[in-house]
Amino acid sequence: MADAAGPAPDLLPPRFADWFAGRGWSPRAHQLAMIGEARAGRDALLIAPTGGGKTLAGFLPSLIELSERPPANTPRGLHTLYISPLKALAVDVERNLGAPILQMGLPVVAESRTGDTGISRRQRQRVKPPDILLTTPEQLALFCAWEGARLYFENVACVILDEIHTLHASKRGDLLALDLARLQRFAPNMRRVGLSATVDDPEVIKNWMASHRCAPSTTSWSPSPVGTGEDFSTSDPPPRAGEGDREAVEGALGQGAASIDLVRGPAGAEPIVEILLSEGRVPWAGHTAQHAMAEVYEVIRKSKTALIFVNTRFQAEFAFQELWKLNDDSLPIALHHGSLAPEQRRKVEAAMARGELRAVVCTSTLDLGIDWGDVDLVIQLASPKGASRMVQRIGRANHRLDEPSRALFVPANRFEMLECQAAREAIAENRLDGDPPRVGALDVLAQHVMGCACSEPFDLLALYDEVRSAGPYRNLIWEDFEQVVDFVSTGGYALKNYDRFRRIVKGPDGLWKVRNAETAQRHRMNVGAIISPAMLSVRIAMRGGRGGRKIGEIEEGMLEMLEPGETFVFAGQVWRLVGVTNLDVLVQPAPAADPKMPSWGGSKFALSTYLAKRVRQLMYDQEHWRVLPTDVREWLEAQRDRSVIPEEDEMLLETFPRGKRHFMVVYPFEGRLAHTTLAMLLTRRLERIGAAPLGFVCNDYAMAIWALNPLDGLDFAELFDEDMLGDDLEAWLAESFMMKRAFKGCAIIAGLIERRFPGQQQKSGRQITFSTDLIYDVLRRHQPDHLLLRCARDDAATGLIDVARLGQMLARVRGRIRHAPLEHLSPFSVPILLEIGKERSPGQAGEMILREAAEDLIAEAMQ
Amino acid sequence: MSGIAAAAFTYAFAQSGCGSLRTRLMAAEVLLRPSGALWLEAEGALVVADLHLEKGSAYAARGQMLPPYDTRDTLRRLAAEVEALAPRVVILLGDTFHDRRSESRLAADDADRLRALACGRTLIWVIGNHDADGPKALPGERAEALSLGGLTFRHEPRAGLQPGEVAGHLHPAALVRASRGSVRRRCFVTDAERAILPAFGAYAGGLNVRDAAFAGLFARPPLAGALGAGRVHAVGWRSLAGD
Repeated sequence: MADAAGPAPDLLPPRFADWFAGRGWSPRAHQLAMIGEARAGRDALLIAPTGGGKTLAGFLPSLIELSERPPANTPRGLHTLYISPLKALAVDVERNLGAPILQMGLPVVAESRTGDTGISRRQRQRVKPPDILLTTPEQLALFCAWEGARLYFENVACVILDEIHTLHASKRGDLLALDLARLQRFAPNMRRVGLSATVDDPEVIKNWMASHRCAPSTTSWSPSPVGTGEDFSTSDPPPRAGEGDREAVEGALGQGAASIDLVRGPAGAEPIVEILLSEGRVPWAGHTAQHAMAEVYEVIRKSKTALIFVNTRFQAEFAFQELWKLNDDSLPIALHHGSLAPEQRRKVEAAMARGELRAVVCTSTLDLGIDWGDVDLVIQLASPKGASRMVQRIGRANHRLDEPSRALFVPANRFEMLECQAAREAIAENRLDGDPPRVGALDVLAQHVMGCACSEPFDLLALYDEVRSAGPYRNLIWEDFEQVVDFVSTGGYALKNYDRFRRIVKGPDGLWKVRNAETAQRHRMNVGAIISPAMLSVRIAMRGGRGGRKIGEIEEGMLEMLEPGETFVFAGQVWRLVGVTNLDVLVQPAPAADPKMPSWGGSKFALSTYLAKRVRQLMYDQEHWRVLPTDVREWLEAQRDRSVIPEEDEMLLETFPRGKRHFMVVYPFEGRLAHTTLAMLLTRRLERIGAAPLGFVCNDYAMAIWALNPLDGLDFAELFDEDMLGDDLEAWLAESFMMKRAFKGCAIIAGLIERRFPGQQQKSGRQITFSTDLIYDVLRRHQPDHLLLRCARDDAATGLIDVARLGQMLARVRGRIRHAPLEHLSPFSVPILLEIGKERSPGQAGEMILREAAEDLIAEAMQ
Repeated sequence: MSGIAAAAFTYAFAQSGCGSLRTRLMAAEVLLRPSGALWLEAEGALVVADLHLEKGSAYAARGQMLPPYDTRDTLRRLAAEVEALAPRVVILLGDTFHDRRSESRLAADDADRLRALACGRTLIWVIGNHDADGPKALPGERAEALSLGGLTFRHEPRAGLQPGEVAGHLHPAALVRASRGSVRRRCFVTDAERAILPAFGAYAGGLNVRDAAFAGLFARPPLAGALGAGRVHAVGWRSLAGD
């Protein structure tokens, strides 16, 4: 069961060696290597597949150190801090860590602390810290914003960052990196230990987690009253912003990254990945894989325990509902997604841990390492969207390295079939998608700066150095830092109206501190870098219109598709919408009703660049088609005969008339976001050249635009020229709802507005909605270069409209657009055309909806 | 959602050239402007409600540093309307200031902008619940309510049917849902007997017209004049959704 690693008695104390032996195990090579790293005082990144004893490898050194501590009379501070991206994982690890501690009789207290931890336990943890604290990045940020954070963390010997690959490339990762930099100041000898699943490029993660110590900028201030030998005593004069500064940072960059040792776990057995073909057929379009449910159910029946992954919450609800319709054997099949009430999720997790469930339908909430040993099959309904994510999900099956994990892909349509096949081959070749390196977001930095001020007074230059020791901020220039601090203090406006309302103020000692206790308190209520869409609580309606028991939470937007009296599926049951009051959605059970399924769109994940490329290769390589099911092959052959199969590096562009409309369909395979952006920009251009575009629809593979006038005579090279990412993009973006959405997120993270915002203002007991859109509009008109507009634009360009991806695509297809003027629609175009009318285009159709409503009124008036 | 039956009568309204909605209010003819202002041409009176000037600085004083440009933004839009219509009277229909100390927080150049509006015309401050004191140093006349052209102008709509009343206070907003998405805009509400104006202030929020606050104010299902891009859209009661 274990590796054939040679014994290393000097690394493993007898008590631990006995424990391993007593369980019939022997320590694995990477577990011993991690002990060696600790003994040498080195930072380390462990990369190992799920099931490789990764978590234990992370904790062994701390357990050993703690067991070797001489007894003390006075309470000791926190020794090891463990950070998990998920609350559930922190709780799970607490449970798993309990076993070795108990069995070896170690004098070690390990406790979790999450947003769900009870108040009395939290208070006790602050006064009397455990030896090992298991928590989340948000809780750590909160800790760092408390007075006394320095004292609390000054003895930390080790910080363990679990599932680090899911965190580093996000705003949560930015915040965590900043908090690590802070901890390192409090506890200069703290070791950093990262645990990660297999990743394409470990250097990216090493760079993120390393402490980039650079030449200090200042000699002016030793921040610690209790500090022992701060490591910045004398040095060069403070570097102001400039080239010399940047060179110093870049010099340090290399050192920082190199200072993390890489430890690799054993490679697991090759996973067995199969693709389910329902009666050998794959549907033309759709996202739910409804056609294959009966077979999926059969597979569940034959498995011990199956995890069924889907890409959205509504797909989860749908699949769960469908499976229960078929569940004549009453198999225990459960549902798990982020909208369910925490108690309900925990119940499912506990039942799973006890081995009582046969299947769980879940979203990415279960992507991560919660240890469910009995899972023997992972089913992916609809396309996986990326090879790395899929490897991670497959890793959920069978936590034993010597046995292969089993996975089953269930493509929901024909393009997904191509994608599943490409993903299957990528996994077999162990080729994963890479993450681009990340530059830390300035809204997150603003939150951090405010947190620092709430914790203790800071010196501007010392904080600048500290911030730059965090990987994502290592190239932060002084001007940006100053701008962020100005923003934190007064909002950073050109109009200096708010000087008397400063949130942080510079004292006579030259140190910055929070204005007053109330301001600090308000900041602490708003810590964190997770922005979710406005969520409403779903509650059972009680008499008198009040809300009773909470069933879960639903995104505001989902509700827009429902009218009171209509039924819908939520938390695996059918409910009737009674009404909405304040932030509660009131429902009644409607078990017998046939529910209306709100449209859920496709996946929220874009196809990874790498996988998209493989799909294009597969499509082009006719030899390769043999591996595909008959109907998909016939579909490709029909496309070849009636239109064109593009070369691997070409982009196919079809034009054809249909009804009274003229269609243009392209197949870039760059994901829905990039396609939608492309469609928005093309529509503007088509409008300008008089083609009179009427509408468009996008999915992950293709984009279709239709217009009143013929489109086949256009100069496509010019139409798809990269210059659309210049003025056209900026003009459109400034007005787009995506900028507004991104702005709201940045404004909350940066602390411009509070999380409860849009502040539900009471007006004679009624709700007045004060939308952040109003703030956005005013700011854009009066100070278009404001810090937060910059942040919002960056976010929109990456997260919401994928400008980078679009830019790469336009460059890729330059001179390689293959135009096929057709008489009729092509086989490829059918799936995308079938989506017309099913898609929502939030925010873009506003005026048209109003115009239509006004026309309705005319009809109403003429009756 | 609502028990109100479909209206069995026809509103007299028309789209005017400038994107405004021309409608009758009792005996008077008024224009509902895309800016959210009401134009009573016969009297040369321009009416705007709920400017909430200095709302941004009210938030800033409590630690939320909203962009400090709301006052000048609001005044700039008002100045544009004044320039376009050259009114003899400008009626500020209450809650012109966000709170009682707003006037003291007003930037000097914004105060100048306000004074310029009063130049050569009558400026009337109908007082509201947020600004019951009226202006201290700024020009203009303070009024509890005002009668003009057969209409009564006051801040808060009186309960029950009030033929001829023009009010603000409620910040009406229309929500229209369609399968493609939904859109929420500030709006006028009128049944040809009374009108409630949308809030004009840059940071003023909105209250859904389906809210109970609007119940009992109209004799028949009213019409919403939703503020669109350069145009007021007349939306019927049946097309309006609740929150």
